[in-house]
Amino acid sequence: MKQMAHGTEDLKVLAHLLRRDVIEMTSEANSGHPGGSLSSADLLAALYFNVMRHDPSDPQWEERDRFVLSKGHAAPVLYAALAESGYFEREELLTLRKIGTRLQGHPVRGKLPGVEMSTGSLGQGLSMACGMALAAKMDEKTHRVFCLLGDGELQSGQNWEAAMFAHHHRLSNLTAFVDRNRLQINGCTEENMSLDPLPEKWHSFGWNVIIIDGHDMAQIIDACAKASRSQKNPTVIIMNTVKGKGISFMENNPDFHGKVCKPDELCRALDELEGCGL
Amino acid sequence: MTGKELAQRDYYGKALADIASDRRIVVMDADLAESTKTSEFRKVAPERFVEAGIAEQDMIGVAAGLAASGKIVFASTFAVFGSGRCWEQIRLAVAYPRLNVKIVTTHSGISVGEDGASHQALEDIAIMRALPNMTVISPADAYEAYAATKAIAEYDGPVYMRLGRAKFPTILPEDTDFIIGKARILREGRDVTLIGTGQMASLCLKAAEELEKEGVDAEVLNVSTIKPLDISAVYDSLSKTGCAVTAEEHSIIGGLGSAVSEFLSQELPSPVTRVGTYDTFGESGAPAALMEKYGLTVERIKESAARSIAMKDARAPPKTAAENNEEAEE
Repeated sequence: MKQMAHGTEDLKVLAHLLRRDVIEMTSEANSGHPGGSLSSADLLAALYFNVMRHDPSDPQWEERDRFVLSKGHAAPVLYAALAESGYFEREELLTLRKIGTRLQGHPVRGKLPGVEMSTGSLGQGLSMACGMALAAKMDEKTHRVFCLLGDGELQSGQNWEAAMFAHHHRLSNLTAFVDRNRLQINGCTEENMSLDPLPEKWHSFGWNVIIIDGHDMAQIIDACAKASRSQKNPTVIIMNTVKGKGISFMENNPDFHGKVCKPDELCRALDELEGCGL
Repeated sequence: MTGKELAQRDYYGKALADIASDRRIVVMDADLAESTKTSEFRKVAPERFVEAGIAEQDMIGVAAGLAASGKIVFASTFAVFGSGRCWEQIRLAVAYPRLNVKIVTTHSGISVGEDGASHQALEDIAIMRALPNMTVISPADAYEAYAATKAIAEYDGPVYMRLGRAKFPTILPEDTDFIIGKARILREGRDVTLIGTGQMASLCLKAAEELEKEGVDAEVLNVSTIKPLDISAVYDSLSKTGCAVTAEEHSIIGGLGSAVSEFLSQELPSPVTRVGTYDTFGESGAPAALMEKYGLTVERIKESAARSIAMKDARAPPKTAAENNEEAEE
């Protein structure tokens, strides 16, 4: 069965659920990348519960929309979205990063239903998504391909090779998202290796560019709808986001790129999410 | 023993054109289609030919995405770029998820010639062989390249196949078959096994013919699938001959010689002398002059055979009294 499209109020609740899952699973694993998972949680909720055509009971459904998590370190939020969608039991989330698990530290194609591609080495996902979008065009299929990029990984040149490729091949069925939280391991992206002016870069590569608040559910849905109407060019949705979004002490804190909550922090984090209507 | 001189890349192009009717096949290139001969596929199936531009890393990612959507993807460029520039992309996007991508490169080895070291792949077998899930193939001649292209299209999984630029002698029949993972005995012998891959297999045959005149009975094994190595063929041959020479147009570090030595050292310790380039880059020059200068010659294979045989004899256990008596009677 195709996934039901939820309204924005439901989606907000679902995003909080994903955040709770992320905090719980990374804390249980005592490793992982909560910061970048939290900044992407609203998008993942919107994609998996509204935008994408997919069927958790038939992960290989040929007409499904594809999602490639180029920023593979945000695996926890992808796993949470898959579990909440029903691809596998929620209990399995707590096996994240443990030996023998299907929930590897970074996503692996073929291990867990719903994971389309192996990622984790940054800068490669957009090329893979281009291949999927091109295959759909060749086969005259109508499904769409979505790819979530971190902003830091745009420092890698392969993204711009892929950006050129997507425009050259008129991959209008491809939508890329940039999780523009402006932080990478080393600190601020603009101090580390500046990306601005980012919209102009994408423009000059021939992409449609939409800039939104990546935590505003209505804006996310609206931008995805606009992207799906493109007949000619691929679309990038630059989402201004807050790393660690949803947990006060994690927000905009680069320490939580690859560090998880200590036990007392975990309680505080869950309390904060509780206050958001869970 | 040897036949017409033909270029492997021409037969790669021919094979791609011949299998183009399979609509699952997509061919990619990085601005070198006329050189790699993927242009032959482009002629007959332009709608399934994808130009990546001079962007090998992106080419591999796109190839993986296509394969993940059910396509059988051939991605081609020169061996240096197709193995080295995008090694980590191959690792993550192709080998790790075991996707159906065939990386077929041309211009491997030192016989690239005048372009010089930047374009001469002497390390590609080593770095591709190290990847889990990867099959590594280096056909002996143009006919085998043709058959191998068809065979890898049938096989579901990642493959790296290296081909040459120059024409070199064919040693197999025009209608040869190709079975992935099967080595071929080109000539039987008892004293030493000459194990060749790529065009060095034909040099091994030539060396064996000359050695015969000198009273040495050499067996010649064509190992065109370097990974998975046909260990039973190597074992059986070495059980008989007791020593070997490996020959490849590649560094002696990590290639065929390493693969054979790694296996033998654990299963059947035997003297092995490796013919290949010695931890060095190549340079510009005519292909034949380079082969000569870097020791990729029939002469070097013969010397190596003598060396391996001498090592085998030197470490043979002392003869028993009975054996000595037998010899005395003869």
